Amino acid sequence: MSVTDAAVQEAGPRHTTERITNDFAIQVATVNGSGSQTANLVLLRSIFQMGVPVGGKNMFPSNIAGLPTWYTIRANANGYIGRKKEVDFLVAMNAETAREDVMSLAPGAAVLYDEPLRLNELRKDLIFYPVPFDKLMQPITHDAKLRRLVRNMIYDGVLSRLLSIDMAQMEKALRKQLGKKQKAIDLNMAALKAGYDFADANLPKQDPFVIAPMNKTQGMILIEGNAAAAIGCMLAGVTFVAWYPITPSSSLCESLIDYLKKYRRDPESGKTTYAVIQAEDELAALGMVLGAGWVGARAMTSSAGPGISLMAEFTGLGYYAEIPAVVFDVQRCGPSTGLPTRTGQQDILSAAVLSHGDTKHPLLLPASVEECYSMAIESFDLAEQLQTPVFVMTDLDLGMNTWMSKPFEYPTKTPNRGKRLDAPTLQRLGEFGRYRDVDGDGIPYRTVPGDGMPAYFTRGSGHNELAQYSERAEDYSKNLARLARKFETARTLVPKPEVELKPNTKVGIIAYGTTHWAIVESRDQLRNEHTLETSYLRLRAYPFTSEVFDFIDRCDRVYLVEQNRDSQMLSLLRMEANPAQIAKMRSIPQFAGLPIDGRTVTTELMKQERS
Amino acid sequence: MATPAAPGKKVNRIGLEPVAYRGSKTTLCAGCGHNAITERIIDSFFEMGIDPTQVMKLSGIGCSSKSPAYFLNQAHGFNSVHGRMPSVATGAVVSNRKMIAIGVSGDGDTGAIGIGQFVHLMRRNLPMIYIIEDNGCYGLTKGQFSPTADLGSTLKTGVVNDLPPIDTCTLAIELGASFVARSFSGDPKQLKAILKAALSHRGTCMIDVLSPCVTFNDHDGSTKSYSYAKDHEEPLADLNFVPFFEEINVEYDAGTTTAVTLHNGSKLLLSKLAEDYNPTDKNTALRLLRETAGRGEFATGILYVEPDKQDFIDLLGLVDEPLSTLDLSKTRPGKAALDEIMDSFR
Repeated sequence: MSVTDAAVQEAGPRHTTERITNDFAIQVATVNGSGSQTANLVLLRSIFQMGVPVGGKNMFPSNIAGLPTWYTIRANANGYIGRKKEVDFLVAMNAETAREDVMSLAPGAAVLYDEPLRLNELRKDLIFYPVPFDKLMQPITHDAKLRRLVRNMIYDGVLSRLLSIDMAQMEKALRKQLGKKQKAIDLNMAALKAGYDFADANLPKQDPFVIAPMNKTQGMILIEGNAAAAIGCMLAGVTFVAWYPITPSSSLCESLIDYLKKYRRDPESGKTTYAVIQAEDELAALGMVLGAGWVGARAMTSSAGPGISLMAEFTGLGYYAEIPAVVFDVQRCGPSTGLPTRTGQQDILSAAVLSHGDTKHPLLLPASVEECYSMAIESFDLAEQLQTPVFVMTDLDLGMNTWMSKPFEYPTKTPNRGKRLDAPTLQRLGEFGRYRDVDGDGIPYRTVPGDGMPAYFTRGSGHNELAQYSERAEDYSKNLARLARKFETARTLVPKPEVELKPNTKVGIIAYGTTHWAIVESRDQLRNEHTLETSYLRLRAYPFTSEVFDFIDRCDRVYLVEQNRDSQMLSLLRMEANPAQIAKMRSIPQFAGLPIDGRTVTTELMKQERS
Repeated sequence: MATPAAPGKKVNRIGLEPVAYRGSKTTLCAGCGHNAITERIIDSFFEMGIDPTQVMKLSGIGCSSKSPAYFLNQAHGFNSVHGRMPSVATGAVVSNRKMIAIGVSGDGDTGAIGIGQFVHLMRRNLPMIYIIEDNGCYGLTKGQFSPTADLGSTLKTGVVNDLPPIDTCTLAIELGASFVARSFSGDPKQLKAILKAALSHRGTCMIDVLSPCVTFNDHDGSTKSYSYAKDHEEPLADLNFVPFFEEINVEYDAGTTTAVTLHNGSKLLLSKLAEDYNPTDKNTALRLLRETAGRGEFATGILYVEPDKQDFIDLLGLVDEPLSTLDLSKTRPGKAALDEIMDSFR
């Protein structure tokens, strides 16, 4: 993968005694289906166990086996766990891409490669470590299939020696990864050791990169966002799940199924306190969720762009008939099928107004695995309070990659089930009007089948306050105006942004979701390299709360950084901002399908600052 | 009725009068077959003594899908989107297994836009009654052909249907529905008996009811016209249904009657007419449908029933209490669970 366009350099590699400790990125280039995932996770986990902040990102093809895959591990003492643009240490295992992978490295980078690929002939400004993988595998096992599967552990062993990653940590990580499969552990350990011993005997250290123990990961966990969201859904008390498989969202419901099976059986009867249905398509998935929400279940589905498009019609029904639903959108690259295994923030605008007619939907914008968990819990409350579909907009980078996090806190809040009519309320109101705004917040009371309260007729066609079919102009416009009022109430209920206002600057940055990690790093770069201090607002939800507009007012220039082509969040902001605020807003869009990196933001922001 | 009637008032076994089963005034055309079906729904729910507040009535979009507003006013109703009632019903029924669900669809709503959801509803054997009010045309958009229109039938405008029809009963039997029937809106006795039997069955009850469209599809060129249906209907059995709460005192000649026991102990009695009909045999049902269709006839009655087939709720292994009313203590695992999960990620 071309991450930089470095030309072949004539100068030799730098042989330096200078050490670069806990601040570099390793990229492992393999083919998918070759069993590299175990080796990569063991490597990631070993560094993590040594107390060094890490992040792991898998850039994989939309394919089951045989196409190029890159796994990047970033170790960073400062805790920058977003993507690093430059690769410092390449492990070239894929003959197909090896040449391009090597040519795209910056001078001084190191390359560990399979000896027969003869990559050392390509450039003179890199550090090369040839490793005879096949030869090293020969004494370990005669089984050709097993050889292929454990072969990748050899590079872990070599890296352990070269980067000073403790072998004991490697073994611990391997045991964690493989559980109790002793035969697999023995084979992998043999390969790991073979790599280490080979490097010890044959590969003198030439590169500057080392891992040194720290204490920055103590008590922390390594988890993917989809699993985090699943845990949140379970603890939110989800009772109904309908889903249709789609990358990169499938592992959310699959994790949820695993957790529900384990923790949500009635202890007495052994029966389940939830239902999970794999629907026939995404239309049916949301239809089922609305049916479940209508009877009072806590219901959710999870999907990605193409599935969300299919859910448009039902989303409009949920909005207009006022039925709670939680929809996770693990965003990937569109349009259409797009790049199913690459990340983006491309569904923001369409999700916010999904479906025909005047519709608006609350969006939650998690930036971390912790927020995948906590916002999952929060989304069910919001959906029931607002009686409407709520979207949790995560993305592939967050959902499928491995992130470091503090362990999640057990929820202390009792779920908010929203305005449900009961006998005393009915007596107070005198009459039940399903769509009557009795409290002035646009949110009416609802009843559900079987609750003994008055029934009503739910419909996606025009209706009056009593839920009766109506085509009267007054009924229609009054109802739509109330729904707009309800959205104003949503503004007061959704999570507020995280704001960091710096006194001595007029430059502000607004970002959301995984873009946050690039901003953290970029702001430090701007300060340290360009003496540019910036204020920062991280959006956590749509509709926007007043803090967002206050922030813009306090800045002269506001850069909205997001991972899509059309500055989608900026467009939403423009719909609500005043002309003075609009004039201040600038855009830094990024749409390469790769997680955004801090360097790109810094470069682009400085370019605009200077123009 | 088993329940003694109060003096001067006709009430059912739970003490309700027929008026408790009525709905809003119909807005369909006068003489529409759908209105007759609505009347039979009212009759059967009344006679079976179903508590209307414990019923969910659902529909898609179209003339047929308007009709849930015309019966059981005290039931919760859901007029969803075109062709997608099965998914809404699935979520609703699974989340509250105590409620009785009846869905009303049309031939376009089921056979065209909704065929995907229909197919999967049948596969799941979700406990509900699913009625297709089948007139072979789109009434609400003024008479276009639907996928159940017969080959060669003509519109008023002279347009001829040149595609073969979908037989929803054959589909339903093939796919796993455990109660499949066909009737005719103009045959009140049979339709009511079928509906009452369906109310005693647990599983998907798919009932295709031929229901002529008096405005767009009731002319000589149409095989879904009232006169055509009346002339070509072939009742496969004389239906009698005995609910479990009624004493069985009907007289039947053992040699001509098949009794099918439904899940709650009710008995469905089928007296054979032209042939030796066994409604529990899939192949017999499918053969009959093929043969009658070949002669341009509609076999009516309960075509197929599998009383003991596991329904979707049991397949899912759900707790007895509705999911929708489960207490937080049952739906939020304790802190120890979260601690254990967190440990697994360390």
